[in-house]
Amino acid sequence: MEILVASAIGLMTATGLFLILQGRSFPVIVGLTFLSYAVNAFLFAMGRLTVDRPPIITAGAAYTDPLPQALVLTAIVISFGMTALIVVLGLRGFLETGSDRTDLSLANAAEEHGPAPAGEDSSRERGGAARA
Amino acid sequence: MVLWLIPLLPLFGAILPALLIRSGRDVCANATGFVSLAALGLLLSQAPAVFAGEVVRVSLPWVPQIQLSFSFMLDGLGFFFAAMILIIGLLVIVYARFYLDRADPMGRFYAYLLLFQGAMLGVVLSNNIILLLVFWELTSLTSFLLIGFWRHRADARQGARMALIVTGGGGLALIGGLLLLGSIAGSYEISEILARGDLIKASPLYLPALVLILIGAFTKSAQFPFHFWLPHAMAAPTPVSAYLHSATMVKAGIFLLARLWPALAGTEAWFLIVAPVGLATMVIGAWIANFRTDLKSLLAFSTVSHLGLITMLLGLGTKMAAVAAVFHILNHATFKAALFLSAGIVDHEAGTRDVRRLGGLVGLMPITATLAMLATASMAGVPLFNGFLSKEMMLEEAAHTSYAGVTWLFPVLATLGALLSVGYCARFAIRTFLGPVRHDYPHHPHDPPVGMWLPVALLIVPVLAIGLFPGAVAGALVALTAGAVIGGPLPDYYLALWHGLTPALVMSVLAFAGGALFFLTQARVDALRRHFPRPEARDLFEAASNAVVLAARRLTAWLHDGSLAFYLRVILAVLIAAGIFAMVSAPHAAGTRAMLPVTLPALVAWLALVVACLATMMRHSDRLLALILTSVVGLIVALGFVQFSAPDLALTQVSVDVVTTILMLLALNLLPKTSPREASLPARGRDGVLAGVGGLGIGLLAYAVMTRDGTSIADYFLAQSKPGGGGTNVVNVILVDFRGYDTFAEIIVLGIAAVAIFALLDPRLPAGALKRVRALLPTQESGDVHPPMLVVAARAMLPLALAVGVFIFLRGHNQPGGGFIAGLVVAIALMLQYIASGYRWVADRKRLDSQAMIGAGIGIAGLTGIAAWAFGKPFLTSTFGYFTWPVVGTFELASALLFDLGVFLTVVGVMVLSLAQLSRVGQRVDPLPTPEQPMDLPLDAPHHPPREA
Repeated sequence: MEILVASAIGLMTATGLFLILQGRSFPVIVGLTFLSYAVNAFLFAMGRLTVDRPPIITAGAAYTDPLPQALVLTAIVISFGMTALIVVLGLRGFLETGSDRTDLSLANAAEEHGPAPAGEDSSRERGGAARA
Repeated sequence: MVLWLIPLLPLFGAILPALLIRSGRDVCANATGFVSLAALGLLLSQAPAVFAGEVVRVSLPWVPQIQLSFSFMLDGLGFFFAAMILIIGLLVIVYARFYLDRADPMGRFYAYLLLFQGAMLGVVLSNNIILLLVFWELTSLTSFLLIGFWRHRADARQGARMALIVTGGGGLALIGGLLLLGSIAGSYEISEILARGDLIKASPLYLPALVLILIGAFTKSAQFPFHFWLPHAMAAPTPVSAYLHSATMVKAGIFLLARLWPALAGTEAWFLIVAPVGLATMVIGAWIANFRTDLKSLLAFSTVSHLGLITMLLGLGTKMAAVAAVFHILNHATFKAALFLSAGIVDHEAGTRDVRRLGGLVGLMPITATLAMLATASMAGVPLFNGFLSKEMMLEEAAHTSYAGVTWLFPVLATLGALLSVGYCARFAIRTFLGPVRHDYPHHPHDPPVGMWLPVALLIVPVLAIGLFPGAVAGALVALTAGAVIGGPLPDYYLALWHGLTPALVMSVLAFAGGALFFLTQARVDALRRHFPRPEARDLFEAASNAVVLAARRLTAWLHDGSLAFYLRVILAVLIAAGIFAMVSAPHAAGTRAMLPVTLPALVAWLALVVACLATMMRHSDRLLALILTSVVGLIVALGFVQFSAPDLALTQVSVDVVTTILMLLALNLLPKTSPREASLPARGRDGVLAGVGGLGIGLLAYAVMTRDGTSIADYFLAQSKPGGGGTNVVNVILVDFRGYDTFAEIIVLGIAAVAIFALLDPRLPAGALKRVRALLPTQESGDVHPPMLVVAARAMLPLALAVGVFIFLRGHNQPGGGFIAGLVVAIALMLQYIASGYRWVADRKRLDSQAMIGAGIGIAGLTGIAAWAFGKPFLTSTFGYFTWPVVGTFELASALLFDLGVFLTVVGVMVLSLAQLSRVGQRVDPLPTPEQPMDLPLDAPHHPPREA
């Protein structure tokens, strides 16, 4: 069973890493969600895998390690807060600039998703010189 | 006790002028003067003890771990410098009151000046070298502020920056040097270090320590080749130039050499480095001073020259030379401060400091001219003035100094320095005050108010008194100070006007004759000099600093080109390299822990996860599909938690996934629905390899851990959960009790995230945004925006869902559940109402404000923690008890439950606020009619006007 869990963690990590390397905000956010799953599962696995021994105190029972569970529980909730914030940040960025690129050296107001509204110029292009 | 008040009084007193400037310039100046005067009074109250040969010490531990103590020491040397700083400071304060223009911010000026004064007193009184460093840096900073006081002027800003970079850079070297010194001596207390000179000089680290300390001292005291910053610092107001750049701050380097003289001086290396640097500075400074046309610049280079003279004397390493150095510090401080102040008066009254536009002022401003010419005579070393005495002592020392076997080098160059000094003194006095009266001065010059010339006159008093009666006036002070520098018995000397026909007298006469000749031929020498290329220090400095800035900009532009993917690729590559390095540099053996058998459901779930992951990677450009696949993965992770004994996690994961998916769907509504494929195949391949290697590493690491046994601190939590925390659900007890601090911080973070989301989705969006989003909205839409079945079901389920939430909340302490999960369940139930009935409908009926819920949640959790203080327990200590009620029976109440209530409220508030804010943006973009009643939707007519294209 351990090998299934380990390979699943590795695959979720790889998916997350691949997605955050994309040039648009939405795949990056999805990638972060994948990474959160992977990291939470990884942390959880640090308590080793145990079947049918939840850490609920009952007479004469054995238990799995409760500490990684407590840590992961807060991690899940915090990662929601982080995802929500980044989603909104990405959304606001898109609404402001009309671009959801994560590469400021390429982003500008004239995007393929819609005509640039009047009154906006291309001065939003920021970032340093293009890398050779 | 009194001792540490001396530096602290001006430091804290700096607030007075800053505040009192509102009460007028006189009040402001008086307050500043009063602060200095009080510090001087404190210092003088210690004088009897110091003159009796005592060393006054106070020490308070500050950061004992790094041997930093708040310790001060007052001996002869410290007293001498502190008195000089305070007395000249007082004169400068009086002078500045009249010098500064009405438009100058005087409060700021005096505040800076007092800060500087305190820092400088700290330098000379510190008995701990780390404390000394702190004050040393403070003098650099306050000097920066004072040089740049006229911040509208470019030269002031440039000069300030240059001074800061040079002295700050030297300070950096000094830190290294002094720390080395402290570690050699085994103590950071100066009084200890001074007693261990032999140990220090024998150490192999002596030379590096010495070189670093000398760099610090030479930059501060403007020694060649660091002398170039001082003339540019003359962009400061004249009182600052007189105070910092002639009398006090530039003497800090010399002070340090004198302070550490017993510990460092007397070796071959000391003599070979310090003496020639001083000599070179003396000659070069005097040479340049002869060709300056700006009075202050001329004085600046003459200061450089005199600082070189003192440095050379200290560098000679003999006791007699040390006495001469101390005597010259005293003499130079008096006549040079007087000269700077006079130059300021000339500038103030005549409107220019350019010698080419001056001359003949003696008839127009007789008081100033007389005072200035007396001071100049002393600077030139004319007999009967104090400058003569110490110059003679210097020449006497130089006369019998042989450097590396060359006997003529020091005597000749010292005479040359004295000769050039006579030259620029003549130039200063004659070209400014003598000669024909002109008619084209920018202002009509006349003597200034008494407040401006009186400080100069007071400085001339010692110039004459010491010159005439050296032994009686300065003998005791010089002996006291020199004794402290040498740290042992004084050599046999006496301060007197006439020493007989000595070599020094011959050299002096030669210098006067040569100097006069040099002054007369100055114009021709200048013309000749202009034919040769001269390195301009400022240009070199600017070029160097511009090159550094340019290189930094290029590097930043290359590293920070604005592409997130590039940054992440770099980070990832470094992490992978580090991981590979760690992996190959350690031995590996297979794990020994028995593995769990693979079951069929587990295999099916694993396969589903693999398919979902691969499909996400390949089809992520279809964003809706990617989102659905993500939730599939989340669901399988939750199933994994169920399988491996983590019911709390499974509940949390499922409910968070629901909320996250809704949130992303709402956001996707306003975002492009697809990602364009832009990356080329090789680029995608590269990203795939990076991601694959990273994932493989994490997977292997997880596998390695899971196949090995390990120890954990879990036993403590399991054992203490029931007796200590009063709950049987250990995970929940950890969250609300053992690690309650973490949880408390976490809900605060959540609250902050929600507030940030609220601010980011502020209704005032740019005008273009609405148009842009409308263009993205799907053209076809279901006719049923609010399907009645969903509306009815959602409303019927609300009380049910709330009841489930309460149930999960209450059982949380003992069974799977708790504040987090209950909060998520309730939040989902509320969101369902938004989905079913629309934003407006819910907003109209909502009684509880989400922000208030977040605030109340964090408040309740915090107050529960604080309540523990009332029982004398640390923050967040929990308690519980068992109570019996009729009918209900015996039940448990824990304070942790109240804390969990805070968690619950925060979670509900954060979730609802985030999603409501998002849906409100959609509402603004695409307003839908608000259904008034549950069944008020007309089913036969279009319920909103067709959208504009």
